[in-house]
Amino acid sequence: MTKFIDLTLNGVSTGAVYAAVALALCLIWRATRIVNFAQGAMLMITTYIASAVINSTGSYVVGFVVAAAAGLLMGVLVERVLIRPVENAPPLNAVIVTLGLYTLMVAVAGMIWGATPRSFPSAFSIRGYDIGGTRILFAPNDTFIVLVVVAIALGLAALFRFTSLGLQMRAAAFKPEVAQLLGVRVPRMFTLGWGLAAVAGAIAGVLVAPSVFLGPNNFDPILISGFVAAVLGGLDSPPGAVIGGVVLGLALSYVSGYEGSALAPLAALAILVLVLMIRPGGLFSVTSERRV
Amino acid sequence: MRQHPVRRTLSVLAVLAVALLVAACGSSSNNSSTGGSSSSSSGGSGNGGATAPGVTATSITFGTHQPLTGPAAPGYSEIAPASQAFFDYVNAHGGVFGRKIHLVIKNDQYNPTLTVNVVRQLVLQQNVFGIFEGLGTPTHTKVVGFLNSSKIPDMFIASGCPCWDNGTSQPYSFGWQPNYTIEGKILGQYIKQHFAGQKVGILYQDDDFGQGGLKGIEDEVPASQIVSKQPYQSGTTNLAPQVTAIKGSGAKVFVMFTVPIYTAIARLTAFTLGYSPQLVVSNVGIDPLTVGSLLKVVSKGKASGDKLIDGAITDGYLPSFSDTSNPWIQLFKKIKDQYDPSAPFDGNVEYGMANAYTLVQALEAAGKNLTRQGLINAVDTQGATWKGPGLVPFRYSKTDHGGFSGVQMAKVVGSSIKAFGPIYTTDPSSGGAISTYSGTQAPPPASGVPSS
Amino acid sequence: MSTVASPQATAPPGSPGAPRRVGARRLIRESTLLRSLGLVVALAVVLGLISGGLSPYRNLQLAYGGYFFATLAGLTVLIGLSGQVSLGHGALMAVGAYGTALLIGNEGWALVPALVVSAAATAVVGIPVGAAASRLRGPYLAGATLALAVGLPALGDQFPGTFGGENGLLINPPTPPSFLGASFSLERWQAWIVLAGALIVLFLLYNVVHSGVGRTWRAVRDDEIAASLCGVHVGRMKTLAFVISAGCAGLGGGLLVVATLSIAPSEFSLTLSLSLLTGVVLGGLGMLSGAIWGAALLVLLPNWTSDLANSLSLSGNVSDNLPFAVYGLILIVAMLVWPSGIQGGLRALARRAWRLTAGMRGGRNRTPQRGGNA
Repeated sequence: MTKFIDLTLNGVSTGAVYAAVALALCLIWRATRIVNFAQGAMLMITTYIASAVINSTGSYVVGFVVAAAAGLLMGVLVERVLIRPVENAPPLNAVIVTLGLYTLMVAVAGMIWGATPRSFPSAFSIRGYDIGGTRILFAPNDTFIVLVVVAIALGLAALFRFTSLGLQMRAAAFKPEVAQLLGVRVPRMFTLGWGLAAVAGAIAGVLVAPSVFLGPNNFDPILISGFVAAVLGGLDSPPGAVIGGVVLGLALSYVSGYEGSALAPLAALAILVLVLMIRPGGLFSVTSERRV
Repeated sequence: MRQHPVRRTLSVLAVLAVALLVAACGSSSNNSSTGGSSSSSSGGSGNGGATAPGVTATSITFGTHQPLTGPAAPGYSEIAPASQAFFDYVNAHGGVFGRKIHLVIKNDQYNPTLTVNVVRQLVLQQNVFGIFEGLGTPTHTKVVGFLNSSKIPDMFIASGCPCWDNGTSQPYSFGWQPNYTIEGKILGQYIKQHFAGQKVGILYQDDDFGQGGLKGIEDEVPASQIVSKQPYQSGTTNLAPQVTAIKGSGAKVFVMFTVPIYTAIARLTAFTLGYSPQLVVSNVGIDPLTVGSLLKVVSKGKASGDKLIDGAITDGYLPSFSDTSNPWIQLFKKIKDQYDPSAPFDGNVEYGMANAYTLVQALEAAGKNLTRQGLINAVDTQGATWKGPGLVPFRYSKTDHGGFSGVQMAKVVGSSIKAFGPIYTTDPSSGGAISTYSGTQAPPPASGVPSS
Repeated sequence: MSTVASPQATAPPGSPGAPRRVGARRLIRESTLLRSLGLVVALAVVLGLISGGLSPYRNLQLAYGGYFFATLAGLTVLIGLSGQVSLGHGALMAVGAYGTALLIGNEGWALVPALVVSAAATAVVGIPVGAAASRLRGPYLAGATLALAVGLPALGDQFPGTFGGENGLLINPPTPPSFLGASFSLERWQAWIVLAGALIVLFLLYNVVHSGVGRTWRAVRDDEIAASLCGVHVGRMKTLAFVISAGCAGLGGGLLVVATLSIAPSEFSLTLSLSLLTGVVLGGLGMLSGAIWGAALLVLLPNWTSDLANSLSLSGNVSDNLPFAVYGLILIVAMLVWPSGIQGGLRALARRAWRLTAGMRGGRNRTPQRGGNA
């Protein structure tokens, strides 16, 4: 029984991290209809920046804030300089640009900081809660991660559902020409979308770095899982990204725990295919295709 | 549908252009080596005054494949530059019989397809004399056949897989570091003697490294003591299922055949669970500088890195890099400071230099008339007698190409490793006896360069 | 009767005015089969000659280019013509590669039957994958195929007795037949085998692309609903595209085994699938000649970037990572400058050149007839 509880808790805490990355991907998709393969590299760089700030100032909070700000700046820059020219090109062009950006950023990080991973502080203790004499696999830091991710998801959902800005962003993504005619500043919406997504990604990076360590390639598996989680939950839905992340985290945890870690990637594939066959737009898909 | 004439012509022209481009690149040679004309795949002996491909009157060129970037790079990317630093030192002192040693380092990103590509490039295009310190088991196993069939020296492979042990079937390949099973047996013997009756849980990487080590442990530790065996795939980011299983089995001794990053992840997970067993870790995964720095900032200083692995039992076959009283360490540190200053002085750098020392010994033993077969014969006939930085002798013979024959037990104390107890030697076979080695480590030669 | 007559327009068939030359030209123009056959034979001769002049290592690079082309050609047809993005073709290459290695190594089959059967097996694997994929769109298809790319090679670790686990499998090199002479190097023979496979893929795909099937795919890509209203069975056509591209990827994987004589699960990572995507887009999406460019890029670009980095003797970390930084930069710049890939960019150039020279070539063709000019 304790095994099941530990695996569930592990699934929730790892799932929260996947959810954070999934939220960033979901946001970029909602805003600009592009899948950002450089998301993992961008959040890796902002986490390195946060690490440098924390080392020099000694304050975690300052590092956290600087990471978010750096993320915003990076997202805006990337969109204006690299993505804007290919927004009207075939969608795969933007994918290749983000792949190139990913390769470039990982290489630059390796050049500046070297290949050896380094540790990153966690916001709170990572010693598991003591429940009736045994320590469970869930620590105050994990609670923090889950709360932050839920807050981001709720914030994004509220932004899109209840604010005019969110409506403009969605309109700019769905029908840019019509939105422009209606007075929406479409390019600005795109930039804003990328900026917010980069902030979400930067926060995800700071949250996950304590457990996977900070190195040029250390975030790659997280990005892959985050993408799968985003697709699982539905790229158009922030709550979907969170649920997708948790579902994926739980599934991988159970499979690794009961069947062996070698089967985990296969399990992820199986679950994704199963869900997509039933709901081709993900669990929380919003639009339904018109079938003739 | 009729094709536009322009499009059709363009397609054909495009193809021809590519073909011509490739041919043009093919006729010019880039990065030409010192070896002269292109060699056929059957290797062989001299051309134009040199005694072998890759050898001239003034130079010897070796090639190596290493993971310089990518997920496997941490730590390992320091090894080849450290070897190169040692060669630079030897070259500055006259080289080997007046020949300077050059090491061409190629990045294979730990991807076997790239390993095949760069090794072919090194052999066919750059005409290296041999391959040295090829790193990795899944990578190097892909080129062993080619190197042996082409009769190219495959010296001192950076992997403890028993794959290279057989000198009869693979006469051109030599291991160097102790076999993972040898290490497992000696660690297992220690557990059997000092933790008798206690439950043992094992976390191991699901490849030759971990499986080899597990085999050695199982050979010595009674099966009733081993209560949990948990493999993990390299590339995962989460070891919680495995560590919770080991904790749940009640193991008091936690054996790890892991690389440093997974040692750290496992230790962190154990910390979360409040689980503090006795750690027994392979020498591959316990470098205190590397692991300690990964554990450095844990829960805001409530538990700092070194303390988390303090007291871990491990082993070693070279003097501990932190033992500054050892003359070999002093020599290597001096060389590193001069020729590889940006690298930290850790186990990886020591590995690279010690391995390079052995290659220089082999080149000296092969004599001034250096041929590929001559180098192989030198190791086969004399390798077992060579004294160097190693604590144990080599196993080299015509039939056994296995490398170091054993290890000495050691313990992590703070941020250094302290060796203790006798030095043990054994073979990788199941049930093979473990004997004590009573020889002592010879001091380095005065100049630091081995002589024949 | 005017002796100058436009043959096609005015001469009735069978009359003395209709020259036989036109028939041959029309045949070439209108028969895809003959055209593709001619193209393939011409390429075979050219490549054979080139391969003779290359060093063994360069021949190996030709072989690498060949197996990349086999995969890229199928992938560019899938993405460019039928509009389905797949990030999982690396996994399909793994299926073909393991199939070939097992049939040759364990079962002792000859090379050609092993390649054919494993390509067919991969195509069969492509049926359920393609059927599932046909129901998905855009990023959801990308996500599902990405999970395939990550998940399927994990099977390679599963049955270590059969698949060789982490270390994978090795096969014995194919020996060149004796009639080619003793000096015929192994690498050249490997290149010949792989290029033969690549040319067969080119021949087959050329014919498929220029047939009704190809046109139907384009229709499905451009507007699924309109196509389905015209009676096209959209799901079946999309699945067919996937199956064909899977077969090509399977053959590509088998040819990879011929070129490298070994396989391991770590060779078929997500990085491979993403490289394939890059090759297809950079070369020119939807065009078989684009696949040729893509294959050349995938083989040559990493070498060029490494050589560039080495020539600049810089310190450790910088020189290790510089090739990748340059590679990433090239990807970005190429997409910004040549959005249609290399082949698309060349076509645009050629079209501009054609238009510029049109004035020189025959202005009188464009101006209305004046006087008695017939």
